[in-house]
Order: sequence, then C-alpha cells, then structure tokens
Amino acid sequence: MSTKLNTSLFNKKILLQATIDSVIKLNPALLIRNPVIFIVAIGSFLTTIIVFAGIFQGNFSSFNLQIAIWLWFTVLFANFSEAIAEGRGKAQADSLRKNRTQTKARKIVGKQEVSVLATDLKKGDIVICETGEVIPSDGEVIEGIASVDESAITGESAPVIRESGGDRSAVTGGTKVISDRILIRITSDPGNTFIDRMIALVEGAKRQKTPNEIALSILLSGLTIIFLLAVTTLPAFFGYSLSASGLPMSQNLTIPVLIALLVCLIPTTIGGLLSAIGISGMDRLLQRNVIATSGRAIEAAGDVDVLLLDKTGTITLGNRMATDFIPADDVTIEELADAAQISSLSDETPEGRSIVILAKEKFGIRGREVLHLNATFIPFSAQSRMSGVDITSNDGKLHQIRKGSSEAIRTFIQNNNGFYPQVVQDIVTSLSLQGATPLVVAEDNKILGVVHLKDIVKGGIKQRFAELRKMGIKTVMITGDNPLTAAAIAAEAGVDDFMAEAKPEDKLQRIRTEQTNGHLVGMIGDGTNDAPALAQADVGLAMNTGTQAAREAGNMVDLDSNPTKLIEVVEVGKQLLMTRGALTTFSIANDVAKYFAIIPAIAISLYSNKTGIGPLSALNVMDLGSPQSAILSAIIFNALIIISLIPLALKGVRYKPVSANTALSRNLIIYGLGGIIIPFIGIKLIDILINL
Amino acid sequence: MTTLDYLQVILFLALIIGLTPVLGNFMFKVFSGEKHFMLPVLGWLEKLTYKFIKIKPDEETNWKKYTLGLLIFNFIGLVFVFLIQVFQAYLPMNPDHLPNVSWHSAFNTAASFVTNTNWQGYSGEITLSYFVQMIGLAVQNFVSAATGIAVLLALIRGIARKTTDKLGNFWTDLTRSTLYVLLPLSILLAIALVGQGAIQNFKHYETVQTLQGAQQIIPMGPVASQEAIKQLGTNGGGFFNANDAHPFESPTPFSNLLIMFALLIIPASLTYTYGKMVGSVRQGWTIFTAMMILLVTGLGISLYAEYSTNPIFGHLALMEGKETRFGITNSILFSVITTDVSCGAVNAMHDSLSPISGMIAMINLMLGEVIFGGVGAGLYGMVIFIILTVFIAGLMVGRSPEYLGKKIEAFEVQMAIIAVLLPNFVILVFAAWASASNAGLSSLNNSGPHGLSEILYAFSSAAGNNGSAFAGLNANTVFYNLTLGFGMLIGRFGVIVPVLAIAGSMAKKKITPLSAGTFRTDNSLFIALLIGVILIVGGLTHFPALSLGPIVEHFLMNNGITF
Repeated sequence: MSTKLNTSLFNKKILLQATIDSVIKLNPALLIRNPVIFIVAIGSFLTTIIVFAGIFQGNFSSFNLQIAIWLWFTVLFANFSEAIAEGRGKAQADSLRKNRTQTKARKIVGKQEVSVLATDLKKGDIVICETGEVIPSDGEVIEGIASVDESAITGESAPVIRESGGDRSAVTGGTKVISDRILIRITSDPGNTFIDRMIALVEGAKRQKTPNEIALSILLSGLTIIFLLAVTTLPAFFGYSLSASGLPMSQNLTIPVLIALLVCLIPTTIGGLLSAIGISGMDRLLQRNVIATSGRAIEAAGDVDVLLLDKTGTITLGNRMATDFIPADDVTIEELADAAQISSLSDETPEGRSIVILAKEKFGIRGREVLHLNATFIPFSAQSRMSGVDITSNDGKLHQIRKGSSEAIRTFIQNNNGFYPQVVQDIVTSLSLQGATPLVVAEDNKILGVVHLKDIVKGGIKQRFAELRKMGIKTVMITGDNPLTAAAIAAEAGVDDFMAEAKPEDKLQRIRTEQTNGHLVGMIGDGTNDAPALAQADVGLAMNTGTQAAREAGNMVDLDSNPTKLIEVVEVGKQLLMTRGALTTFSIANDVAKYFAIIPAIAISLYSNKTGIGPLSALNVMDLGSPQSAILSAIIFNALIIISLIPLALKGVRYKPVSANTALSRNLIIYGLGGIIIPFIGIKLIDILINL
Repeated sequence: MTTLDYLQVILFLALIIGLTPVLGNFMFKVFSGEKHFMLPVLGWLEKLTYKFIKIKPDEETNWKKYTLGLLIFNFIGLVFVFLIQVFQAYLPMNPDHLPNVSWHSAFNTAASFVTNTNWQGYSGEITLSYFVQMIGLAVQNFVSAATGIAVLLALIRGIARKTTDKLGNFWTDLTRSTLYVLLPLSILLAIALVGQGAIQNFKHYETVQTLQGAQQIIPMGPVASQEAIKQLGTNGGGFFNANDAHPFESPTPFSNLLIMFALLIIPASLTYTYGKMVGSVRQGWTIFTAMMILLVTGLGISLYAEYSTNPIFGHLALMEGKETRFGITNSILFSVITTDVSCGAVNAMHDSLSPISGMIAMINLMLGEVIFGGVGAGLYGMVIFIILTVFIAGLMVGRSPEYLGKKIEAFEVQMAIIAVLLPNFVILVFAAWASASNAGLSSLNNSGPHGLSEILYAFSSAAGNNGSAFAGLNANTVFYNLTLGFGMLIGRFGVIVPVLAIAGSMAKKKITPLSAGTFRTDNSLFIALLIGVILIVGGLTHFPALSLGPIVEHFLMNNGITF
C-alpha cells in the first residue's frame, strides 16, 4: 500500500496542504499542545502589537517589524513540520478510505437475510459473503472457506485463504471474497474497525503523546521556564547597569529585543520538530507495512532487549530439506535412495519433494509413475506418524515401504517382527545432535537407513543476530523441536538462547520471567494461543494472516506477515529515539552561539565612553555588523534551522546497528559539537547577508 | 606562582584523592549497617538514641514518610534556633549580656543554619551568646549536614533497590551519620586545631591594652569545636565574623591545610560511598572525576586571573583582602573549594578577588553547588544533573533513557526540573528585585558592576546553601534577611523534596540489566557530557547577569576603569 504511494518528501500536493495547515495550526487551542512554540506565538503576537502601536504613535520601527516577521515564521515553520508529517500520513489514509466503499452487508437475522449498510453492523452480527463481494467489516469466519483478496490493506495481490476455525479465521473489512462463500461474525463496532484505526493512526488525529515524548516535553517546558526567568529578570540587572554607567533608563531593553532573546534561548528547534519526529516514526513503520496501535509501542520497540523468535519462518526456512542418505549395514546407498524416492513420489510435502530431488541429483533416479508400480500411497497421519507406499511386486508379494520418525519406524518394524539395529539408532542420535531431523526408512521388516533432513537456516540471519547482539539485544529461539535439535540450530543461527519443546504457555512464562528481571520483550505471533504472550510482551507483533485474537492482543500488526519484521521494528524504534535525542542535544547546544550574538549586541552601550561602544563588545567574537543585525541574525537562524531540519526529522538520523557507545559518540560529535559550531557559522553568514 | 604554590595545590588534591576511598569505604559500612570499627566505641550511644527517641532502627519507610520526618525535624530546628535567638538575653551562657536578636535576623540565621547554608547576616562575636552558638548553631551544624547525608542515602537506595517503596529510616540515617561520621571526625579535628593554637573556652571577652595604648576587646569562646564541624559539615558559619582569616579559628598554615581538607573530604568521599552502594565503584569515581575536573578548571582560571597583571596597580597579585598569612594561592584555593563545596567558610574576602576569580566563585554557587557540594547535598544535586544528562543524551543511543538500570521517565524529569528551577528562581528573581529596589540597593557599599556582583553573589550563595558572602553588602536588613532567608529555605527544601520524590519513584522501578545497548554512565564520554550539561543548563541561565557583573568589570579593569 504505502510503497505504491508517492510519499516523497517534496510531493507538491502535500507541500501545499502543509502550508495551508501551518496557518490553520496558529489556532491557540492547537498551539497550546506545544508549550515551547506557544510561548513563541505569544511573543510574536506581543511584538506585532508593539509594531502596530508604534505605527499609530508615529514611530514605526522596521527593526521591530522584522523581529515580528521572523518570530511568526518560527511558529509557522514549527507548524509546517508537523503539518507535513501529518500530510504524508493523510495521503496514506486517503488511499485506505477509497477501499472502504459504502457496501451493503447481507446480515443474517434469525433465518432471514437482511440487507443493511456496512456501517450499521455491530459486534456479534452475522453476515454472509460470497464471490465478488466486499467483506463489510472486521470479523471471524464461522463457517466455510474462501479465498480473499487483501490487497486493499496489504498491497499483496495474491489471494489468501480464510477458513473457519484454526489460525486463519480473521477477515478484514474492505477486503474482497474471490471465491466461495463464508459466514462471518462481526467483531468490531462501527468506526472501530481495523481500517478505521489505521486511518486514525496515520492521520495523527488521535495521536497521543508517548511517555518519552511527555517526559521530553516536560524537560523542554522546564528549560523554557528557566530561560523565561533569565530573560524577564534581565531588565532589572540592565537597569542597574544603565544607572551605573550614567545612561538614561529609556535605553533599557525593549520588549521585542527581550522576546527575541527568549525565543533564541528556549529550545524551539526540538520543540518545533518534536511531533513531526513522532508522526514520522509511525510513518516509517507503515512504510515497512507494519501498523502500530500506538506510538508507545514504537518507543517500546526501541527499548526491547530480548526478542523471542519462532524458529520456523524466522530463523530457518519453513521447510526441511533432505541432504543425505545414510544406509544401514548390508544396504547399499542406492537401495536406500530408491526406496526413499518411491515412498516419496506421491508425498506432496516439501520434505517429500526434497527427497525426490535429492535422489535425482545424487543417483539420477528418475520419477516414476506410482500407478505403474501398482503402488498405493499411504499419506502421513498423526497416529502412525509415517508415510510411504504399499507396492505389489511382480511376484505378487506386498511390500510395505515406510519412512518416519525413529520411534514410529521402530514400532512398525517390531510389529513386522523385524529388528531395529543399534547402528541406525546411533545415526539417528548423531543427526539429532547436529540439529537435523532423521527420517528412518524401512521396507517390511528391514531398516534400510536414514534420510538426513536438515533445517535450512536463513541466509544472513546469523549476521543479523550478531548486529542485534552489538546493540545489546538478546535473541531467544522458540521451537517445538527437542532440545538436541534446538541446540544445534541455535548454534548454527547464532541466537543467544533457545527454548526447546516450547508450548504457548511456556512463551508467556518466559516473557514474564524476562520482564521480572527488568528486560523488555518483543515477540511475533499469529495463532490464538499466542494471544496471551502477545499481550504480555512489550512489543507484540501480530501477523496479519493470524487470528483476530492475535491481532487484537498484539500492539502491532505486520501486514506482510513476515516474521523477520520484528528486527526492523526494533530498528525503527531506536531510530525514532535517536532522532529525538540528537535534535534535543542540537537544540540546546545552539544556545551558546546565540548568547555570543545577542549579549554583546544588547549591552554594547553599557559603561561606554563617548564612542558609545562599551567593554562588552569584546564578547562579540563573531564580529557581527551591528547590534540590530546581530539580534536579527540570531532570530533568523533560529527560524531557518527548524525548516532545514524537517527532512532530518522526517527521515530520522542515520541508523546503524552498533553498540550504544559507538552510536553515542557519533551522534554527539555530529549533533552536540555540530550544534555548538554550526550556529556560529550560520549566524555570521546571515549577518553578512543582512549587512550587504 | 612559585613551585611551592603548585606543590601546595598538588599536595592538597593528592590528599583528597588518596583518602576518598578510605573514608568512602568507612561510610559505606556505616550506612549499609555493616560492622565497622566505630561500632564497639559508640554502638551503645546509637542504641540509646533510638530508645530515647522511640524508633525501631530497622523499620523502613516510603519516601513520603521519610520526607515528612525530615521536614518536621528541620522545622522544629528552625523554630528552636529562632526562639533561642530572640530570647537569648534570658538564657544562660551569655557572659557578655548580648541583647535579644531582631526577629528578621533571627529568622535569617535560623533558616541559614537549618539549611546548612550558614550565611551570616550578623557578626557572630557581637550578636550571639555562647548558648545560641553551641546549643543552637553547633547542633544544626551537625544535624543539617546529617540531613544532607540522609537525603543522599534515601536517593541511593531508590536507585540501587528495585520494586520496593522502602527508602530506609530517616532517624537511623540521621543518627548514624552524626554519630559515626561527623562527631568522631569533629573531635579529631578540634583537638588538632587546639594543638595548632585555636582557642576553646567559655571565658568573658578579654580587654587588652594595645601597643598604641588603646583598649581592645578580644572575643573568646568555644572556637575549635565550632570550627571543626563548620568545616566537616560544609556549614561555614564562622564563630567570628572574620571566619577562617581569624587567627583563633585557623592559627597556622597547617591548620589552614587541615580545615581545607576537612571541608572537602566528606563530599569527596561520599562519591565513593555512592559507587559502593549502587554496586559500582566506577560510577562513584566517574562522578568524582567530573567534579574534580570542574574544580581544577575553576581553580586554574581563578589562579590565572588573580596572578595576572592588574593594569590599575601595575603589579602582580593584589594582597588586599587576601589571607596575608598564607598567601594568594591559599586564598584562591580556599575561595574555590569553599564555593565548590557549599561550605562558605572563607579565609579571604571574596569581594577583593579579581573580577574573574570572583566570577568563578559565583559560578560555582550558581551551578547549584554540585562540584562536590555540601555534605550529601552536592551529590544529590549532581544526581539531578546526571538525570538530566541521561535524559537528553541517553536518547541518542536509541533507547528510552535509563540511569543505573532505572528508566528515567516523565516524573523524574519533572522533579529534576523543579530541583533545578527553584534555586535559579531564587537567584534570578530575588537578585533582580534587589537590584531594582531601594531596599536592595541601599545596602550596597560599591557602585558599578561590582555592586551588581555583590547582589548576585548574595542570592547565589543563599540559593546554593553556600553561605559565603561577597562582603561589601550590608545584608542585616529586613529586606535581605527575609529574601535571603526564604531563598535559603527554597534552595534547600526545594531540592530535597523533589530528590526524595525521585528516590521514591526510582525505588519502585525494575532494574534493566546492563547490555551493549545500555547508555554507559561510567566512562570519559559521560564525564564530558555531564560537564557540558551542567555548564549549559546550569550556567547559561546566568550568563546575561554575569556579563553585566564580573565580566564587564573585568573588561573595565583592563581598561583602567574602577568604581
């Protein structure tokens, strides 16, 4: 979805809308949400009044007017940053809205079918959907099976199967049934459906400040109050100095100059960009096709230091592959391969197919038609835990070829009065130790050997885990395998820890234990039995293919249902926090230069002799042209820096998976040291331009 | 400066660095209730104290109860010291029949000693009886220092413990720090000072015939004991107005070294105690290093300014107002550490320092007394800055900020900001009031920028609970007694209550285990960051006012202009 939209930073439509919005956002009721910018707005307002009062009194001050203009620009630029971040979300929301057509729903009342508006559906209503119809609201399939086109929300055009019971029962309003017929129980009230919530979130309409954002706002407001005190008390000290230098009180600091000083000192840069950073964090997540139910969840993602990852799909490719044939004594490898191949010919499981492929690659054994062999395929069943074929050979004798787990085959052999050799058992054990799955092949009462089925660890995953470790994140692999197999795969994939033979309730228990020890846990899940763990985890990423229960329990949904996504989510969270910290540091570090611009400018006449240039001009280290140009340069720099940092606020600071110390050093040099130096250069340049 | 000057400074700092772990470790044992060598000596007295005040020493309380106990205790102290002053004429141990103290001076003095400030708007020897000095002030010298330690201990427990609301027992902490730390050290120091020639008696003031034949009254009193705790408890209120420049308080160069050592050693050692109690000595040394860098930098600038040529007089190093017996270096060293440590004892008149040296002293106060700072108070003030640093910079590692495993959230930030805001409020608002009103200006002895410096210094000293004065300001007026008195109370309890609130909130949190993703608070990068935040958040606020005071005075002096 989002990837198909034009969300480039400087999309004309978004820019235009953002410009309009930044004026609308001058509404005091909206401004007050951002105390720092609110103070600037009050300052702009006061300065404007003073400019107009001056005009009426006949002493118009172009200097005051310029201050007023730049103060208003400071407010507008801050508004603009928020508006443009919201604008990008809105564009995504609009595309979502298009999909939410005003469909009619076929509601079942008693045994009757009634046609109602989709928006009138309530929780618990039951509706029917057939081929070509749009699913009216979020719900759960209670009867039937259907293929559904979910491209409206996922952007993925291949249809998915939705069926009653099991882990694929959730359907989303706005998606389309492509085939068959299903009965759906509605699970959301109107206005509260998945798509409604997505729209609300990306639009930022219901955006709540996150805990860290609240804390940062408090810090910024506190700093603002401190600087407000410093500035409002300054005329008293200044008046003292004036009388000590024998200058008239009329030369005391004017309100526009004081406001200019205040606005330069309070953290307007981060104050102006704070909400844009938050919104864009949500946005970046959306670009990865993940929807967070709250900004809080994204922040938590940055803090997560334990990740619970399912083995299958995340760490290993979903399927095991046959990689080797190991014959028993007195059996040639070709015999084993041949038997294994025959037993797998009709086996459509990925494991079965991989055996056929291996036999062909290694021994050139071609595919044979099962029918020509007078063979009957015995599919895998949960009871027998074996599959295979029954073949009637040319002499009319019935041969039973079976492949399965060692326990299953042992039972099979013993039932056939056969003998299960120790050598085979040794092979089985050694394969298990290596993390492989041994598949024992038997014919009638004779063990032929073992097929080596291997879990294939995803390419690049080991490096990914190493990066996570560098960032201080522990990875825990969850698997239903036995401890031996689990340990071997864990070692191969490079995870820090694993849970073998894990049941859903073990996951929950593990999360609780980690949390008690102070860790923040992230996990991914899809099934209903994952729901408690998803709810308990600090970051619960539910797969979109999962059940409604899972999607409700988690605080994020991955539309792609890609288990590796959790790692990306963590990165987005970290980047968000880093951006916030970097811009705060930058903003505060800026103050040093602004002091050196403004203090000598306002105090130049104090204790001066006839020249009018007093001793404090020595602090004018930037050699700014005149007191007025110095103050203007500082305030212009202050306004322009907000707008020039918008792209950084939206994109986030450059992120690399490195340790905290490395990240800190790097950001500190760029944003701390840079924050001290850049304004010296910027203010000087603006001053040169003004004085041209 | 001569080689000897350098050596003296180095010897002094080496003594502090060398003995910090020794005293720090001892205090760790005392405060964590472990066995230590003073137990057999004074353990009975501790038990007796608990029996007397009827408390169970191991019964711990939450932060609200802890704070309430502390506030009640200090309030009673405030009222008591106030009352014995305004009625001192009717009380014993007043051989020279000193009259009752005025209500506003009594309030100022009471607030001053309860808050560990020891600002003295009065002249000790002609105002207060021995009874007030000993029963009122000396007792507060002990317990106000012990209060500072208690607050620090509560904060440390809040940081070190997890998922609890128990912060310890205020009365136990108060008793232990008084009994095992302050009392024994004071006795040792007092004996050493008497050995050097400091006086200790209850005699009438003596009248002597001077060489010119004039009559002079020489004040007497229990000086050495008062002197000892005044330094150790970073109180600073001298028995005599001349404070440590008076030969009865500090008779010899060795006693000068001893009292300088005494005023810095407990705040320095507490950083080590802190490290041990939070489970990482390295954390303690990190704080120590940050403080030491700030101290040495200030000292270097101050020494440089003082030894630079003063164009008005054309020669090096002015002796006016310095401790003439021990020289410029010792005067400057004393001025820097006493303002760093929130002690406020002086052996030279800060009014006579060169503008930049005076500014360093003032900045030390304005930064919130966190460069070692008052006993306990300096370190808990530093933790406030650490919280701010962690919060601002900690985000840059991509995790929500945490300090020693504790998440720093809205509540902590809010409290930290209040703790920074209130002392700054006192400095800025009250000083502005004073410099714009007749009530404030009429007390000035100096005009020009130096007058502004005097006002700024007075309120910075009050807000930072330092107590030293720039002199040259007649502060014994209703206006100054009240503004400074309230300034001291706000500067003290306006920090203590938020700090204890932080302690309470931190104690409830879980501890996130250390990992590679953790923002380290025990390396040189953090030291640099912490210093940066202290200077920018704590310092820049005062830059405009400073530039109108000492900075402009400095430039004027270089142009040969004085007022």
